[in-house]
Amino acid sequence: MKRNFFWQMIFAKKGSLPMDQNLLALSVMFFENYNRGDFFDEMFDGKSKPRPHYRRLYERFCNLSEEEFEQKRQAVDVSFMRQGITFTVYGDEQGTERIFPFDLSPRIIPRSEWEYLEKGLAQRITALNLFLHDVYHEQKILKDKVVPRWVVETASHFRPEFMGSRVPRDIYIHICGTDLIRDDKGQYFVLEDNGRCPSGVSYVLENRLAMKRAFPNFFHQAGVRPVDLYSQDLLATLRYVSPDGRERPVCAVLTPGVFNSAYFEHCFLAQQMGIEVVEGRDLVVEDDTVYMRTTKGLTRVDVLYRRLDDDFLDPEVFRSDSLLGVPGLVRAVRAGKVTLANSIGTGVADDKVTYRFVPDMIKYYLGEEAIIPNVPTFLASDDKERSHILENLPDLVVKAANESGGYGMLIGPKSTAAEREKFARMIKENPRNFIAQPTLSLSRSPTMCEGNFEGRHIDLRPYILYGDKIRIMPGGLTRVALRKGSLVVNSSQGGGSKDTWVLYGDE
Amino acid sequence: MILLSRVADCLYWMSRYIERAENVARIVDVNLQLLLDSEDLNDSGMASHWMPIVKSTGDEALFARLYDKPDSGSVTDFLTFNRENPGSILSCILAARENARQVRDKISTEVWEEVNRLYHFVRAQNIKRIWASGPYEFYKQIKQSSHLLQGLSDATVVRDEGWEFIQVGRYLERADQTTRILDVKYHILLPSPRDVGGARDTLQWMAVLRSCSAFEAYHHIYGADVQPWNVADFLIFSETFPRSISFCLRQLSESLRRISGERHRYFSNEAERLAGKLQADLNYTSTEEIFRRGLHEQLLELQDCLADVGMELFEAYMFFPVVDPSKEDEEQGEK
Repeated sequence: MKRNFFWQMIFAKKGSLPMDQNLLALSVMFFENYNRGDFFDEMFDGKSKPRPHYRRLYERFCNLSEEEFEQKRQAVDVSFMRQGITFTVYGDEQGTERIFPFDLSPRIIPRSEWEYLEKGLAQRITALNLFLHDVYHEQKILKDKVVPRWVVETASHFRPEFMGSRVPRDIYIHICGTDLIRDDKGQYFVLEDNGRCPSGVSYVLENRLAMKRAFPNFFHQAGVRPVDLYSQDLLATLRYVSPDGRERPVCAVLTPGVFNSAYFEHCFLAQQMGIEVVEGRDLVVEDDTVYMRTTKGLTRVDVLYRRLDDDFLDPEVFRSDSLLGVPGLVRAVRAGKVTLANSIGTGVADDKVTYRFVPDMIKYYLGEEAIIPNVPTFLASDDKERSHILENLPDLVVKAANESGGYGMLIGPKSTAAEREKFARMIKENPRNFIAQPTLSLSRSPTMCEGNFEGRHIDLRPYILYGDKIRIMPGGLTRVALRKGSLVVNSSQGGGSKDTWVLYGDE
Repeated sequence: MILLSRVADCLYWMSRYIERAENVARIVDVNLQLLLDSEDLNDSGMASHWMPIVKSTGDEALFARLYDKPDSGSVTDFLTFNRENPGSILSCILAARENARQVRDKISTEVWEEVNRLYHFVRAQNIKRIWASGPYEFYKQIKQSSHLLQGLSDATVVRDEGWEFIQVGRYLERADQTTRILDVKYHILLPSPRDVGGARDTLQWMAVLRSCSAFEAYHHIYGADVQPWNVADFLIFSETFPRSISFCLRQLSESLRRISGERHRYFSNEAERLAGKLQADLNYTSTEEIFRRGLHEQLLELQDCLADVGMELFEAYMFFPVVDPSKEDEEQGEK
């Protein structure tokens, strides 16, 4: 929530859009004035024809009147409101609830492209889990100087107190949300890994239901792979890591509570899996075993899908002022009586400095090249790279490695001289805390803005499950920056989402 | 199936708050309509009409702090929209929805969506205008939503322990509210003793019946003649009328026993014992006795006993330390 997620900033350019003659007749309404600009457009190729995997959708949209489209859009909004799929705006005394804006125009990924992404994501999570096991045991990768020791030891989410502590089946990250972007040539890049508590998957499932309701006749012709198996896969993943391989383990979702902005998602997933949502106060630890308080007494819990950061898990070990956690929970984890998903200390793997070394990890552990590349990243802690950063601030995006509260991000091309000066000072004072990346020209997708389709920047967060095997939900959460020219996709900053269609075929 | 204590608590309160909102809507609505039959009332007439309503909902002091004088405008606002009054319809619906939100995975989608719809209805920007253009329509909507929720939970919620807690909340609250509606009449002073049994007295007793949706049912049994002891008899003792205190107590005891699995006439916790005792006491009491000992005093005693049942219920099934995680939560991060 508070860790704002920004995109690099770029500027839209005007340019006229020549139309294919055959399609012109159809697209009277929506795409007449569509300007794909100098970006990679997900829907239209260079000659402004729809790409093959968008053709069916294009034709369907061209047959819609503006009124029909608007009706569908409103029906979806009303249904999100009615179902209470809303988030509360913090700091608003009235407790105003908003829906996360949803754009009816989906993002479509053809089969071959998805197969590429699946391979890349599976490779990445495998390496990350091997890395975490290594870091908390032999630390071979540090001894071999593939990842510098200081990177791990100065990472704020590294938990040295868990050195040598085993986790069931050696899995640390069970649920991963990896953010992907595309550049102006359509090449995918990994922007960051979220290996702690990635959220948003409930929107993927709800967005799909909304699309099916909005286009009931068209949907089955579109050849879209279903996403409904996610909850089932998640439960299988949780059961696989039951302590001591206990049969029929009792799993539960551990939530910070009803005030959390993702509370809806916690309930939603629990309901779909048929397990309980528990708060810290619902749990009690006795003899290093975790129990839920029920009307009939205590019931043992084996696996907790926790949606609570490490710091809040257990006041005995981490923040002693935490009321959200469970005293004794970490003891139970150490005793192997309960499994946490994700494990404690995974934050060392999604640190922004560690990120730079993921391709090296892949090579080190798997002997392979990274299938999906990283965005080129400069470390301020390296003398040479730091001077490069300081010399090129107007062109770079600077991010704080262990940022908190959305603080510590500079978008070079949009920054003022004063801001750059401030960052230069901060970088020199605490180089470990900063990285920089070139400003990428992100791909855009046609998005309905006040009655017309306009190009808006998007990203993609697929959800990867690591259990008895790797399961990747076809698609993920496509977030869209609704404000013109903006690259900020999070909901408090004018971001919205789209349904993500992975096709059975390439058209 | 296991049931978390917190979940039991939320189901129980969700149900209680909805029932409470419905009953407050009933009381305000009927009394607004009763005014239509009155001669023009001066300030003291207004006060004697509305103050009993405020008293019966239990928060006279709060009302005095918030408003200058009791009249149609101030009392209806206090009982309908005032967020500072925890017993106002708006406060009840907010609380019901907050509880429902915590157990939305335990109630059916239909029940959740209706609670949520009701919430958005009373929170609409223009809700006071909607109210002003037709209070009758407004209160009807509240009542209907409560009825819809009962129907939806009957038709869509699994008959497990959680469902029984919904029943317990509903019938405990309803029994309590019926005592309060009956008690309103105690507080209404007639202009002079010779008015007892007169037209105004009768109108007021009819209003009590209407507040409980008991008007038609009463006439069916007792004919056209509205007598105070008959009204009390009906609203306290009827075995068949679903808003009578006896009826509510029977439902309450049955649900409590289904929760614990205890046999008929036995008890396994204080809540069951008190509910059963209350029911038995009432069974061996007559209307004459109640009037002899004072209707008002008897109703107050009933309210106390019902409150005890609620407390013992909490002890038996739900007790755990309460924390307020709202502050901390803003710091704890998901992304």
